[in-house]
This record gives sequence, structure tokens and C-alpha cells, in this order.
Amino acid sequence: MNEVLASRKAIIFYIIPALLLVVLFMYIPLILTGYYGLMEWNGMGEMIFTGLDHYRRLIGDPLFWDSAKHSLMLGLFSTLALVAYLIVSLILSQKMKGANLLRKIYLIPMLLSSVAIAQLWLRIYHPTNGIFNTFLIYLGVENPPTWLADPNLVLYALFVPIIWQYAGFYILIYYTALKNISVDVLEAASMDGANVWQTAWKIKVPMIMDIIKVTVILAVVGSLKYFDLIFVMTGGGPNGASEVLASYMYRTAFRSFDFGYGSALAFALLLVCLITTVVVRKITTLKGV
Amino acid sequence: MSKVTVIIVTSLLFISGCSQSNHSGGAVESQQKTIEFMHLWPSGSSTTHYRVVEEIIEAFESENPGIVINAEPIDNEQYKDRMTVLSSANNLPDVGFTWAAGYLEPFVEGGRIAPLDQLLAEDLKDAFVPGTVEAFQMEGATYGLPLELNIAPIYFNKSLFIEAGVQVPSTYEEFLGVIQVLLEHNITPITVGNRDAWTGSLWYMYLADRYGGASALTQAINRTGSFTEQSFVEAAREIQNLVDQNAFVTGFNGLSNDEAKAEFLNGNAAMYLMGSWDLPEFTTNEANSQEFRDSIDYFKFPTVAGGAGDIESWVGGPGVGLYVAENSDVKDEALAFVKFFIEKWGEKAVTEVGVIPATKVDTEVLDIHEMYIKILKDLNQASHITLFADVQMSPAVAQIHLNLIQALFGQEVTPEQFALEHEEAFE
Repeated sequence: MNEVLASRKAIIFYIIPALLLVVLFMYIPLILTGYYGLMEWNGMGEMIFTGLDHYRRLIGDPLFWDSAKHSLMLGLFSTLALVAYLIVSLILSQKMKGANLLRKIYLIPMLLSSVAIAQLWLRIYHPTNGIFNTFLIYLGVENPPTWLADPNLVLYALFVPIIWQYAGFYILIYYTALKNISVDVLEAASMDGANVWQTAWKIKVPMIMDIIKVTVILAVVGSLKYFDLIFVMTGGGPNGASEVLASYMYRTAFRSFDFGYGSALAFALLLVCLITTVVVRKITTLKGV
Repeated sequence: MSKVTVIIVTSLLFISGCSQSNHSGGAVESQQKTIEFMHLWPSGSSTTHYRVVEEIIEAFESENPGIVINAEPIDNEQYKDRMTVLSSANNLPDVGFTWAAGYLEPFVEGGRIAPLDQLLAEDLKDAFVPGTVEAFQMEGATYGLPLELNIAPIYFNKSLFIEAGVQVPSTYEEFLGVIQVLLEHNITPITVGNRDAWTGSLWYMYLADRYGGASALTQAINRTGSFTEQSFVEAAREIQNLVDQNAFVTGFNGLSNDEAKAEFLNGNAAMYLMGSWDLPEFTTNEANSQEFRDSIDYFKFPTVAGGAGDIESWVGGPGVGLYVAENSDVKDEALAFVKFFIEKWGEKAVTEVGVIPATKVDTEVLDIHEMYIKILKDLNQASHITLFADVQMSPAVAQIHLNLIQALFGQEVTPEQFALEHEEAFE
């Protein structure tokens, strides 16, 4: 077997299927999307070349900037949530009782499909029968917020289930990374008199810094292209108050039949993701940690 | 294992995998013709619809040996996505469902859908209720044959009305009075699920009709009129007036239509403006208690003092219709199936599914619930039926309209802005 893998031809032979699939289903559609963005096209019928018109329209489109802002806010909140996930993982990785069980409990939301989570949280947020408002009314609040109907609240109301949904995933990553830290290092630290707090922030966190950097990029990029919960729970409404880049793109292409502009939006989303990834990487390396 | 054997074995696995799928693809007999048919009624969410469709397909297949119908039911929203994707690949199913007017337009312009005038001229001549097929006509040809005809009444809960001691309102003044009294009795007057903004659009459409007259909205949409006319601003202001009075259920902008309907079905809300497609809920659906179903009735949207509207004017129109794909390789068979389907559906729709078909129904011979008789009678008396605004508009404008409806209900725009932004949407 080793003999086989050492051969250049064999390597190429084994790489080709995956490479073909990636090129065929990722890179070619990507280039096509960029190309459609230059066209006026309703998804069928004739395409008319309009050059950079769609990109000019995009720059002046308040809906685009609003949804971009919402996406970036989600990115920011998801990154902040990483701190919370990290703290939970640090606590779990101490030799505490029931850590194993808790870790599994945290993981459960990740196993549910987004649509199921959306249905669950729709009930939690229900303006009259939902858990939140039933509780608030019980406490004597007269007009509890209508969460998903309130344009000032809807975005934050959506962030909660999204952050909840991914908790298990990041906790699992952090927990595994923390468990991989050599016991020798931790023993040495405790011999030198480091307390729990110092061990956590001076030893453990720096030692898993590479993993943390990766999760920051995962969280930011994942947030920028986030779609499912928002689409099921509000559809971007009311009046675009919870529209994010991906849902705006979807709506433009598939509901307004404006594939040209929708493609331009998709391409812009790709650029935003690339730029953010580069920026995030720059920031995390600059810190020199 | 030698290098060569490994490569050969993997290649063989790869090749055999491919050829296997080829084989099963080519297994269809050459004699047999298959009609691909995509419809909107999956067995789970529309059980009776689905069953009747299956019956019709079976009957067609047994009358026409050698033709197989390959039916694929898909839910509403996914259905629209599927249509978009398949038609951009020029790969529409031979027969399928489409909505009228604005939705249909891109498909017709793109040459994806075949005209059906041949059927209308021969077998289905005079089969349809006047004014239903027109919504599917474009550039002098008919591209869809409607299956349903709907109008939207205000359903109300008689027990709640009795509890509050109010009568069915016949003028808008009385209607506002009813809302006040219901509120005093701690009953939610109206439920509306404006997350699906077409439901709020129904309220706006009716008010526009009652203020500006039956053709005002249609003219504003086809650009012989304008949304800035006073009657539209009045209608928008009246919506906000209702919101101010707490006439609508709490959190309406965050509720889906289903969630809002639940408030009505639970007996929490007294009124619900919705299409006649919901009649089965209030007549035959065993999931709702007999007591509840007996307590439901409907009234016509009341007229406004000084408005140009007529109480016999309705918001509604044909629902979905059948199309035949232009590039279908079994076009003749597809046309025959459409004809068969329309006829059989017309026979079974009211009695077995509880849907009012777009084809003419003889109420005398049918043994049906009285609410159906009442609505069929009202349909005959209707002075005008205004097609749903988001169906009349082109898809892009419809999206803006629906967003604006949410903004209007949410008090985020003034009635004047609301009118102006509609005007801008058409530019």
C-alpha cells in the first residue's frame, strides 16, 4: 500500500475525483455566479449584458447595507459567544463531577436540524403563549415585548437561538483541545504555585490558541453566510429588520426572479467573506499570541 | 497487493458503479410514455387533496394504457423554488401547477410554458366560471387552466359575538364598534399572521376597494392609475388606525398565517379574514370540534361611508392552475391529461375536497354544507373580484409591496410614504 501511495501517478489518480468534484461544483459555479452578476436575467429567457450596473446598484442599495450590517453584527456576537463557550469548556475540563454528561447535554442542540430548532424557538417567542411572555406576564409585565414582531428586538431575539445552536459544537472543539494539553505541563504549573485562574488563562488558553483562531474564523464566516434559522423564523422580516446577506440574496434571486442582481449579491457575499477572513487572520497573528 | 492490482480494482469499482446507474436509467420500456407531473398537495399536509389527485391519476392511467403519470407532490414554498430552478435549466415537468398573472409572466416570456387555447376552444369550452381563465391569459393566449376559485370573507366566531353581545356589522362604522366592544370583553377582535405579509395585504386591498372602488387597485398596478390617489392613502391610514386600536392580535408581524389561524381555531380571536380555501376547516375538518365548526360563519367586508366600494366586490381570484411545458416530449398526452384532470377535479372538488373549482358547479344536485352553498351563491352575485395584489404584481414589485405591508402594520411608514414607495417600486 505504501508503495502505491509513493507513486506520483497513483497520487494524481486518487486526487482527481475529489478535485473534479470541487472544480465542477464549487469553482465553476462560483465563476458563473460572478458572470451572471453582470447580466440582467430573470432565471429563464434572455440574458442581457449590463456590465457593472448591478454592482453600482448594490453600492447604493440601502437594503444591501442593512443586511450586511445585520450579518456583521451576527459575526460579532458569535465571536463574543466564543468567550462564553471557552469558559464553559475550561470549567468542564477541570475534573468536575458530571462533566461528561454536561458535555453531551450541550451537544444536543447541534444534533437537531435548524428547522426543528426554529419551530422550538418560535414557540418560545410566541407573543401570548410563549415561555418568555407567559413568565413576564406572571411577573406582572403588562405589555411584554413581541420579540419577533418588534423591528428593534427581532435581530437579538434571533441571535439567541443561533448562539445556542452552535454552543455544543464549539464546546466540543475547545474541550477536546483542552483535554489534549499534556498533564506534565499542568502539573508543572501547579508545582510552581499557579492557581486555577492562572492555569486557565496563562497556560491552557495560550496552548490552544491555534484552535481558538480557527474557531474565530469559523464563527465569523459561518455568521456571514448564515441563513436557515433566520429564514424559517422571520423570513427576514418584519420589513427587512432581520434580513441578512444570504436571505436577501435568496429573496432577490428566487422570489423576485432577479437572478442577475441576486448573483451580484452572492458574489458580494463571497468577497465580504474572503475579506473578513483575511482581516481576522491578520488581527489574530498581529497579537503575536 | 501489487500497485497495479490496487489501481485496477478501484477503477473497476468506479466503473461498475457508473454503469449500474446507467442500466437502471435505460430500463424503461420504449413503448411507454411518462408524463412528469409536479403538484402542490403532499399527503401529509393536504391529505384529501392528495387522495383525490391520486384517484384522478389512477383513472387516467387505466383509461389510457401505455401512459404513466409520475407525480411528485411538493409543499408550497419549496414548490416555488423548484419551479424557478427547473425552469432556468429548461427542464420543467410536463404538467404542473402555476399561479396566475405576475407569477406566470417570466415563464411565458421565457417561452417555457405552452398555450392551452386549443383545449379551451374544444373540450373545455364554457366549462369555466367567467373571469377565472383571464388571469392566466397573456399576449392573447391562455397559459394555465385554473383549478380553484376563491374569495376572501371575514370569518367570525358566533359564540364570541354573542358573548360580547354584538351583531354582524354591515357598515365600517359598525365594524369599528364591534372591535371596541370585543376589546372591552377581553376578546382579540382580529387575528392576522402578517409574517406572511399577503394576509395583511388582504386587509389593505379590501380597504382600498371600499374607499376607491373595485377597479382602483388593478388600475394602480397596471399603471393606468396611481397609488398616490387619496383613496389609497385613506386605506393605509385606516390600517394604522386599526393597529392603534389594538384590533389585531398581539405580535401579528411575527406570526405566520398558521400561528394566527390557530388563535381563531382556539376561539381566542373573533374574526379572521381569509380565502374560501379555508372553508373545510370550518365545515368538514374533524380535527376541529363540531361545536367550534358550528359556531363559525362569515360576513362580507363592510362598506365605508362615502367610499366608492360595493359590498358585493370581493378580493380573491383563481388559485393555482395547470400548465403544460413548452418543451415537453409528450405534449399531446400532457394536454389530454390536463383536460381529464380539469373535468374530474370539477366533479370531485366541492364534495370530496371542499374546494371551489374554477369550473362551473351545479349547487342544486350537490349535497354540501350550507356555508358552501352560501359562498357559491355570493360568488354568483359578485359584482367584481380583485385578484390578490401580490399575484397581480410582478414578483419583484410584489416583494416590495409585501415588505411595505409589514412596515405599514408596524407603524414604520406613514400612509403617504407607503403610497410613494409603491409608486417608486414600479419605476
